[in-house]
Amino acid sequence: MKRTLNWRETIITAIIKTCGYSAVVFVLLIFFFLLREGVPALAEVKLGDLLTKRWYPIESHFGILPLLTGSLIVTVGAMLIAIPFGIGTAVFLSEIAPRWLREVLKPLVELLGGLPSVVLGFLGILVLSPFLRVFLDLPTGLTALAGALLLGGIAVPTTVSIAEDALDAVPLSYREGALALGATKWQTIWRVTLPAARSGVLTALMLGIGRTIGETMAVMMVTGNAPVLAVKLTSIFSPVRTMTATIAAEMGEVANNSTHYHVLFFIGLVLFLISLAVNITASSLVFKSKKRAERVLS
Amino acid sequence: MVNLALAWAERYQSGHPDISISVTGGGSGTGIASLVNGTVDVANASRAMTADEKKQAEANGITPVEFTVARDAIAVIVNPQNPVRRLTLQQISDIYSGKINNWSEVGGDRRPIVRLSRETNSGTHVYFLQMVIRLGDSKNTTLFSTDTLLLPSSEGIINELRQNLNAIGYDGLGYVPPDLMDSLIAVGREAGGPYVIPSIATVNDNSYPVARDLYMYTAGEPVGAVKDYLAWILSAEAQTIVADLGFVPIKP
Repeated sequence: MKRTLNWRETIITAIIKTCGYSAVVFVLLIFFFLLREGVPALAEVKLGDLLTKRWYPIESHFGILPLLTGSLIVTVGAMLIAIPFGIGTAVFLSEIAPRWLREVLKPLVELLGGLPSVVLGFLGILVLSPFLRVFLDLPTGLTALAGALLLGGIAVPTTVSIAEDALDAVPLSYREGALALGATKWQTIWRVTLPAARSGVLTALMLGIGRTIGETMAVMMVTGNAPVLAVKLTSIFSPVRTMTATIAAEMGEVANNSTHYHVLFFIGLVLFLISLAVNITASSLVFKSKKRAERVLS
Repeated sequence: MVNLALAWAERYQSGHPDISISVTGGGSGTGIASLVNGTVDVANASRAMTADEKKQAEANGITPVEFTVARDAIAVIVNPQNPVRRLTLQQISDIYSGKINNWSEVGGDRRPIVRLSRETNSGTHVYFLQMVIRLGDSKNTTLFSTDTLLLPSSEGIINELRQNLNAIGYDGLGYVPPDLMDSLIAVGREAGGPYVIPSIATVNDNSYPVARDLYMYTAGEPVGAVKDYLAWILSAEAQTIVADLGFVPIKP
């Protein structure tokens, strides 16, 4: 009896361990794959040529700067929309809305998160971009702004859902304590509940950013995909081409192991490093704030 | 030309239930790459294979054989409310390379020009670059203006042309929907004219300047079912389908 229990224990532990380690192994494998396929680009194209502002791969112009700035401007724009809306909605759902409203709204928000991005892309082409063109009197509505708005919309449900869970997990006694000290509802939310849920809220924002920077289909449909260097503030009103859209649009066509193929993988590598940097920054922020909280408590 | 390839495959299979043909889209570059990699029997392409692609195929032990199966014209299209209806090849080239930026420079309203193009993996894109922007001159290295919108599908281009008064676009004549047939640009080789609107008749008598051949490539001389299929495609029945879809049948 005892023997079989031990056996079972060992097997289950082994399975769980495999699951845990395999996540790490897969990330490493993907990283090495990207390195293997992407690094040859540096040998075939001079670094100086990669850092130019002309992207026209079928004539060997491999400047990735327009793609980099395109992705950045769309992602930053999307975050400017998703952060306030995401946190605001999460606070409303968890702190302000009555229980029954929350029970209705939260599943709806999560349903929104499950919408395929192609569907949102269609909405973007048929409704959002004509509206932007007429409303802002732009030459065309297929702009970075359309992409940012759409991506913001895509990131909000993810952010809301996770941030709301984090806020909900803050013990009721924190809020009761604050209110008992004479804090208003707003002070309680801003000074007590949100800081207490900080690590969860940050995670929510990171996952939101992750969705934004990696999103491909919707962006490809509404940003116009023109590889223009987007460095001015007004670039938000002009068409841009993102890194993800470039990979998606061109990967199907390239011959294996051509320079173009390697450069596309190099772009993938750059994308990977960007999300890695974002994640590391975020988790170190969370870690720091945790340590400070522990010091204060002790 | 994926529409055409699909229509042919469908019709042929209904007459030959024992043969199964599957057609995948993605652009001429995709089709040729698949032939080079040995994953397909036939590659449809709206441009000829480049010397590079032929070399890669030989390296993989595949000898591509070329068949001209239909003709196609590239139509230049504007929004129906745009008063401009005729342009020379030189003007279209200047518009797409970024030298002309306002409709007023070619006799239209004072509005910015928004340039629409297919993605670089489309055969139509490469053909337009060579024949229109570079005016067929192989030493010319003019490129698309960087702010040209590269849309992933014909549908994207048609949709933007319908609603945006500033837009100019191009696409295969077969992809132009009936409501935009009246806003095709008559293209002139020189400023003095004549300006010719693309149609089946003007492509076949060679008066429309932007027309091309459509190809099928097989890996080696076709045998068996592939051989029968290609013979059928050159038959009168298959060539009627070509006309039905807005492409131009090859002359017998």
